[in-house]
Amino acid sequence: MLGELLLTAGVLILLFLGWQLWWNDAIMASQQSSAASAQSAEWAEQARAEQSDTPAPAPEDYGDPVVGPAEYPNGESFAVMYVPRFDAPGTHDSVRQIAEGYGLDVLNSFETGVGHYPGTQMPGQVGNFAIAAHRSAYGGGMHEIEQFQLGDPIYIQTRDGWYTYRFRDFEYVTPDTVDVLAAVPHQPEAQPTDRIITLTTCNPLYSTAERLVAYGVLDSWRPASAGPPEEIADIVAGWED
Amino acid sequence: MYGALWRVLPGPIWLRLILLLILIAAAVYALFTWVFPWVDGIVNPIDVTVDQ
Repeated sequence: MLGELLLTAGVLILLFLGWQLWWNDAIMASQQSSAASAQSAEWAEQARAEQSDTPAPAPEDYGDPVVGPAEYPNGESFAVMYVPRFDAPGTHDSVRQIAEGYGLDVLNSFETGVGHYPGTQMPGQVGNFAIAAHRSAYGGGMHEIEQFQLGDPIYIQTRDGWYTYRFRDFEYVTPDTVDVLAAVPHQPEAQPTDRIITLTTCNPLYSTAERLVAYGVLDSWRPASAGPPEEIADIVAGWED
Repeated sequence: MYGALWRVLPGPIWLRLILLLILIAAAVYALFTWVFPWVDGIVNPIDVTVDQ
């Protein structure tokens, strides 16, 4: 009798892990991805609606990026992240919404999944746009983070336009290393001159002992009226279906 | 516990096996739909942020 109870407990725990790491993870990933592509499509539609009848010829350089509001209410989604390197083979499903704050209401949400550290900069701003997401379970917005290769694009879309960051390097830190969020990482006193993005998630995979940090640098910017970057235009158009 | 369950199930072995599979499927469905989401809110959350 006792043996049967213990066996049952063991099976239940294994089932729970399977549910948490794969079943629920897959469901959340799919819902977060749909919500984010719907948001992206909505902004694309708005941009087209606001466009004048005779759009200005596209310049080569759109100047300094437009930066949105400095802060949003906690939990409000204000950006969409798309990293082609994170896509499952043959899909474009790694798109996620970024919301303000990093509470469980954002990170464990069926809608958002990526959280912006309040107080860090906004997309396109000089300084550090710092975000966090799960690596395993809960939709795993940064599940494939270790696959990053130098120069990989990180597309951030907001109401204002598209910000293309490019992956630069990794860093492995302890969970209390808040200096990685500074406008100039590890130099909280320094005056920033670069526009960077910082992604944080847990490390190693299926553990929370450390944090894996990925840095990227802003490469280019396009206003919403210019549409998404050409190399992903077809993918983004596919989200509107 | 499971021996008693097996004896309570009616019919020949093949029918008991089918009934048992249905019971297991129902139990897993209930766990996935109600129990595990509830447990998930109670156990320690997985932490991904840098924080002091």
